[in-house]
Amino acid sequence: MPGAENGVRSENAGRKAQGAVQEPEGAGASVRGGAIREQGEAVVEQDEAVVEQDEAVVERRLHPVTPLRRAWAPIAVLVGWALHDPDQTQRQLSRMTTTTLLIVLAVIVPVAALYGFLTWWFTHYAVTGTELRIRTGLLFRRTAHIRLERIQAVDVNRPLLARVAGVAKLRLDVVGAEEKDELAFLGEREARALRAELLARAAGFAPETAHEVGEAPAHDMLRVPPRVLALSLVLTGATWGTLLAALVVPPLLWWATGNVWTVLATAIPLVGSAGAAGVGRFVGEYDWTVSESPDGLRIDHGLLDRSHETVPPGRVQTVRIVEPLLWRRRGWVRVELDVAGSENSLLVPVAPREIAEAVVARVLPGVTVPRGASLSRPPRRAGRRLPLWWRGHGLAVTDAVFMARHGLLRRTLALVPHAKVQSVRLTQGPWQRLLRLADVHVDTGADGTVTARLRDADEAAALLRAQAERSRTGRRDARPDRWMA
Amino acid sequence: METGISRQDMDQVTEGTAVRNAAGEPEWTGLPPGLLRMRRMLLVVWLGLLTLTVGLLPGLLAGPVWAAFAALPLALMAWGWRMLGRNWRSWRYAERADDLLISRGVLWHEQTVVPYGRMQLVEVTSGPVERRFGLASVQLHTAAAATDATIPGLDPAEAERLRDRLTELGEARSAGL
Repeated sequence: MPGAENGVRSENAGRKAQGAVQEPEGAGASVRGGAIREQGEAVVEQDEAVVEQDEAVVERRLHPVTPLRRAWAPIAVLVGWALHDPDQTQRQLSRMTTTTLLIVLAVIVPVAALYGFLTWWFTHYAVTGTELRIRTGLLFRRTAHIRLERIQAVDVNRPLLARVAGVAKLRLDVVGAEEKDELAFLGEREARALRAELLARAAGFAPETAHEVGEAPAHDMLRVPPRVLALSLVLTGATWGTLLAALVVPPLLWWATGNVWTVLATAIPLVGSAGAAGVGRFVGEYDWTVSESPDGLRIDHGLLDRSHETVPPGRVQTVRIVEPLLWRRRGWVRVELDVAGSENSLLVPVAPREIAEAVVARVLPGVTVPRGASLSRPPRRAGRRLPLWWRGHGLAVTDAVFMARHGLLRRTLALVPHAKVQSVRLTQGPWQRLLRLADVHVDTGADGTVTARLRDADEAAALLRAQAERSRTGRRDARPDRWMA
Repeated sequence: METGISRQDMDQVTEGTAVRNAAGEPEWTGLPPGLLRMRRMLLVVWLGLLTLTVGLLPGLLAGPVWAAFAALPLALMAWGWRMLGRNWRSWRYAERADDLLISRGVLWHEQTVVPYGRMQLVEVTSGPVERRFGLASVQLHTAAAATDATIPGLDPAEAERLRDRLTELGEARSAGL
């Protein structure tokens, strides 16, 4: 492959250091110019051109509406400045005449437009044999090389305005990267095609066939009806808690201080959080659909902003099944995930237990979620360390996963596949030592820790050894990272 | 040549550990006394200064009786001296065939197991004071931030030996995320 790579990049050979993740490209932008620009346009016309591997790597441009996405930025700066110092703004405004205002506008608008256009013009992306390359920058050139095998997941996001314009945003989860890399915006069809290609490559398909694989077929596993979602939010303590706080705290403050600004300063964030807990969650989790496909579980959701995410199997570090008190009568659960290098953490917002368990079984193959009774509780004397709540704790270990439950009212059951365990720890405080109890912690790669609390000391010591052994051998039976190869 | 020798060593150690595992307990290694010396010296220096200030200032300003306050830091020093000894004795580690065990703490006891295959990075650090006492610490990093596997106060030669051995074992059993 390196031979082909060199051929591909002959036009900028010698300036590109292989393996560097990012590199500034100061000089020589003009040298590259012509050839690539033509290629880029050629592809925009052909849209989904299938390119032979031997040919030159095709650089593509983002969708032409992209410059508009930052159109609001100068206005936001002005508004922010005005809010920051209202008195002075008023003075400045009263001094300005209509003509000066018009002149200022006549300068700002074209400059902003030109800036937007140029950033768009100088942003290219290309998929090569081994990486996704994104070149940006007008003055300071920057090239991001994203290695395909390090891509964890690719999400397609469609914010409200982008949906109107028919474009979408591609977000990439890469191992070891703090933030998601974004490609915004692409045409909707183009985004889906690129996403399918990237995932197929990341999953191990050969570059020649990756184009044809297309978006893997999916079949629905779960769809959350709006009524159930609304009811589940009504039955969630957090919704009422934040609402109550928003209704009670400001009047109390008013009674205590009588200062309008203090009241406003606390009321606005409180009302905001109440809105986010209720309406915000409803809007975000609206029409939540989980479907199964060969490249992982697909998640589609959102009322205004639609998102299209993928959970790659084999990269899930922890699965948490949460069961709030008020949902228990209806048998509903919520399923959360920890995936290394990914921000997506929700798999199922609300679903009947059986269906949620089927979804979990898809994420963690060969795992059956135990019923409450089959978890082993801490010994009775743990009640002296943690009255009442000790009953909520539980532990079960199978061949595939380590499971620990905690919580009395809001029960959370965490499942960690043995292969994902990074280290095992046993801790014992003085009070626990007196009662011959100990905690066992299992650390995973997504910076999460699952703890089995208040076990019998001897049992914990045995568990520590056994768990270390299991996590070491568990890796051997684990599925490969390139799950479709 | 070197690798050949070390592999032989490794095999011997592996066999040895296996035998001991059958017996139940792994072979624990304690820390060299250098760490205890360093910590006790720091304790004596800082609390000694505090004793002097607490003793002299009230003693000179308010009368000699008030100098009795100096007994407080002195008692603290004696208590700390014992505690440091206990804490130092509690630190120990064991290199097993497939994982590293670190055990520490008296009141708050903690035991950590890190399989060699999960290690991403082995670090040897040595601060200025530690260097003065000829000490170095070895720290293991895995993909989990919560993994807190540090062995402090080792002899620099031992620290380097441990680092090399862990790196070698880590490569041999590498598994990553």
